[in-house]
Amino acid sequence: MSRTTTWLTAPLCLYFVGFVGIPLLLIFFISLHDTPAMTGIGIKGYIRFFSDAYNRGVLLDTLLLGVETTVIDILLGFPVAYLYVAAPRWRRFLMFMVLLPLLTSTVVRTFAWVVILGNHGLINTLLAQAGLIGTPLRLLYTPGAVAVAMAQIELPLMILPLITAIGGIDAHIIEASHVLGAGRWRTLRRIVLPLCVPGLLTGTLLVFTGAVSALVTQTLVGGGQLAFMPFYIYQQAIQAQDYPFAACVAIVLLMTILLIVSILNALGRRSAGYVHG
Amino acid sequence: MPPSSDTGQNAANIRLEGVSHRFGQTDVISDVSLDIADGEFVALLGPSGCGKSTLLRILAGLQEQTIGRVLIGERCVDGLPPRTRGVGIVFQNYALFPHMTALANVAYGLEAVGISRAEALVRARDALAGVQMTPFGERKPRALSGGQQQRVALARTLAIGPRILLLDEPLAALDKNLRLDMQLEIRRLQRALRITTVMVTHDQEEAMGMADRIAVLNAGCVEQFDTPEAIYDRPETLFVANFVGAANMLEAELQGGPEGFRLHLADGTLDLAKPAPASRPGRVQASIRPEHWSVAPADGEGPTATVSIVTPLGPSALVDLVLSDGRPCRFSFPRAQGVHLTPGDQIRLGLQPGAAIRLFV
Ligand SMILES: Nc1ncnc2c1ncn2[C@@H]1O[C@H](COP(=O)(O)OP(=O)(O)OP(=O)(O)O)[C@@H](O)[C@H]1O
Ligand SMILES: [Mg+2]
Repeated sequence: MSRTTTWLTAPLCLYFVGFVGIPLLLIFFISLHDTPAMTGIGIKGYIRFFSDAYNRGVLLDTLLLGVETTVIDILLGFPVAYLYVAAPRWRRFLMFMVLLPLLTSTVVRTFAWVVILGNHGLINTLLAQAGLIGTPLRLLYTPGAVAVAMAQIELPLMILPLITAIGGIDAHIIEASHVLGAGRWRTLRRIVLPLCVPGLLTGTLLVFTGAVSALVTQTLVGGGQLAFMPFYIYQQAIQAQDYPFAACVAIVLLMTILLIVSILNALGRRSAGYVHG
Repeated sequence: MPPSSDTGQNAANIRLEGVSHRFGQTDVISDVSLDIADGEFVALLGPSGCGKSTLLRILAGLQEQTIGRVLIGERCVDGLPPRTRGVGIVFQNYALFPHMTALANVAYGLEAVGISRAEALVRARDALAGVQMTPFGERKPRALSGGQQQRVALARTLAIGPRILLLDEPLAALDKNLRLDMQLEIRRLQRALRITTVMVTHDQEEAMGMADRIAVLNAGCVEQFDTPEAIYDRPETLFVANFVGAANMLEAELQGGPEGFRLHLADGTLDLAKPAPASRPGRVQASIRPEHWSVAPADGEGPTATVSIVTPLGPSALVDLVLSDGRPCRFSFPRAQGVHLTPGDQIRLGLQPGAAIRLFV
């Protein structure tokens, strides 16, 4: 890289140092205080977090939400991405539908789910009118509802990398599989799926990190009883005024995500290695 | 390597009957009819974009022709998917499965037709041995050279025992020496298996050296379908004469007389025994190959020319001439003849005895 191009990246570097790097260090520094009044340096906050089963539960629930969302998005996203690549005439329509959620604000999308899942919402009204239920089903404020709503919101981030991966497979490779006697199903399982593992990992990365950190959707669809890490941080910092402990929770979440991202990245590098010679 | 399906009852001759294909508004294949015998090696030769690959894909069932019929072993295969046609195809870029080892690539087709994995691996090893690739079975394609990938692709295709082998420019990506090796290798396998083969190429030497017969394609039409010798010695159309081998195209006037035919060029005359394929007196294009010329005595009737460049090419020499009307012309002769030409020499040209020059209207 020439000196000029190096210097051109300077504004971005400054931005990152100023608005990401320094705040992170600051949070880490705050997390190393033992009392809400920021006195006493130590790791009492971390010990407190991991010694309490409730806290560990919040962390696990959050990770579980990430996994559920990712699984739903893979199951929903793969067929759409495959259709997008296989049926050129549907492309404009499909891409519009895929991108639509990205073009509306998170708050609007989340309230749409509240309207659909609420006690007097779309689903309960329809079921009641059809005479299938007497009292409204409890749909909103359940973990399942959060995962479903989250999956819808994160879906484009799964579909787009999958489209790139499936679209990048040489058409001759698929044809070779067919001429060698493999049907559609075997070709899908033995050729297409393995070759789009890099795209799948990218999508997983984006969806998972998005799902575990989406405060608004988790809180509005999950309601007060379900606690996830982002809301827990908010609660500790704003309601309990315990900044050091809030910082601890934040750092724990961050480190967990970093760990998972590095594992996915390592897997991604290996799969990219065998897919692209 | 498993033998190709039994000959006899399962003869794999190919017949194309009036096949045409259009993509949208453009005609890519126009009324192609070909009869390819069981066990024959046919090359589809033509310039880029003339529809060679499309024709091959129609044979393979990867593309459905717009009009016409395709018959394999006297059975119409229109509408049948590739895997039920008994064809194997090797693509120009090999299309190996990048995430599988060479061995797994070869075993893939065997497993796909229901052979157990263990048995498929045994047969795949045999197939790799058949192309001298045994030591490379555990490598992924990206760890193989172009020539090795080519062999794996060939083994993968032959392992399933197709009745018909289709090759789409199989050697185009290889360097010259390797290409010659693979030409021999493919020819050897094809002969050993007696498998009907159609190979697409735009390299005429490759077509000449490998094929029993060559179909010369131009803009979606078959210009000529004949043996390599006939294609070279007796081109039926101006296009074939121009495309296959080097030829000097000269404007001329053909005159027929009682004592034979005479060809009047811009500044000289040549005697012809039997003009073909055009034989009616009148204006013609004469296709004269460089080796058809000879140096004639100075008082002859042939055209005169000035030597501009002499290029020794091993056993023969190629001479660039300028005819007296200013048009370039090429002449080649065996260097063993002891003729010595230097740039600037004025020579009179004649025809080699028996030179089969071709005339086109
Ligand atoms: N899927 C397609 N849609 C539209 N046009 C096509 C398609 N495939 C091929 N063509 C056109 O058909 C013509 C013949 O293509 P084809 O690939 O058969 O040529 P080719 O003889 O194999 O050329 P090359 O030697 O460059 O491979 C070309 O003009 C090409 O642009
Ligand atoms: Mg081609």
